[in-house]
Amino acid sequence: MTTETHPLLLSDVQAGDTLPELGYDVTATTIVLGALAARDWRPMHHDHDFAVNRNGTQDIFMNTPNQAAWFERYVTDWTGPTGRLGRMKFRMKGSVFPGDHMVLSATVEDVTTDAAGCGWASLLVTLAVDGDTKTDCSVRVALPTSADDNPWTRRGEQWLP
Amino acid sequence: MSDAATSDATETDLPPEVAATIGTVQYETPGEFPVEQGYVYTSCSSVENGNPLFWDPEVAEAVTGGPIAPPTMISVWFRPHHWAPGRTEQALPLQVHFDLKAAFDLPEAVMTDNTIVFHDPVRPGDLLHTRQILRSVSGPKTTKLGTGRFWVIDVEYLNQRDELVGVETYTGFGYRRAAA
Repeated sequence: MTTETHPLLLSDVQAGDTLPELGYDVTATTIVLGALAARDWRPMHHDHDFAVNRNGTQDIFMNTPNQAAWFERYVTDWTGPTGRLGRMKFRMKGSVFPGDHMVLSATVEDVTTDAAGCGWASLLVTLAVDGDTKTDCSVRVALPTSADDNPWTRRGEQWLP
Repeated sequence: MSDAATSDATETDLPPEVAATIGTVQYETPGEFPVEQGYVYTSCSSVENGNPLFWDPEVAEAVTGGPIAPPTMISVWFRPHHWAPGRTEQALPLQVHFDLKAAFDLPEAVMTDNTIVFHDPVRPGDLLHTRQILRSVSGPKTTKLGTGRFWVIDVEYLNQRDELVGVETYTGFGYRRAAA
């Protein structure tokens, strides 16, 4: 829990910053739990025989919504609860299988304040296995511009994701 | 809404029935159940997400004015049950995509791009609904996969007060494989 920590402010961040890597050993449970948590019942995410013999893949593989959840967790581990996701864009390049050690890493590409006064960090987040990028995700996340700012209070014309 | 690779798109060569649907709201669909806290816990557990917004009601009250669901769960609330009484066929979650495959007689398709934009927070108890909007269709294109067309489809998510909570944009490429 991060309730007692200093929330990440826009002024704490600059282009070129890198986030701490997150490594995780993927198991069949990781894949199946993630698919079912996303209500994705398609067999290639839980049925080894279907994945191999019908889809022609080496094993069951992680579905896109669960990858999105991993990206969200990774980014908000960094921002704390006052970080608010505005936009995510995915480019899928390969699959993540049981037995993989996946590594999430990210670089801050841009730091801006929009016309409504909301602070934004743009990140390029990469999910890789053995140094091979499986998914790139461009993330735009709102950060407080001061200790008494909270992006979550923004609505309507004050929220421009 | 989208920055998909359809810069050379031409709508002049489209069949009238397809051109007429561009920008038109289609397939407004209600969710099958309200957003629920239990699924929030399951999703956070699946990725070991300890963000206190989703686990500590006091933090949620202080930061977001009460509990919310992780933004990336937005599509979760629309996946149909694996089985339901009386259902005779499975609903297709992106019907406009399948309509275009049929309209252009393109047997294969892939999604090349997916963008999610998050608007108002989704909260336990919300009952969301979606609608699909075709944004563009390209002229004929040939890629290493085959010859076909790119199209861009928005799926808008709204809550029970018709407030926009998110937009997913998909770029699809429907194609026919080159003859061997």
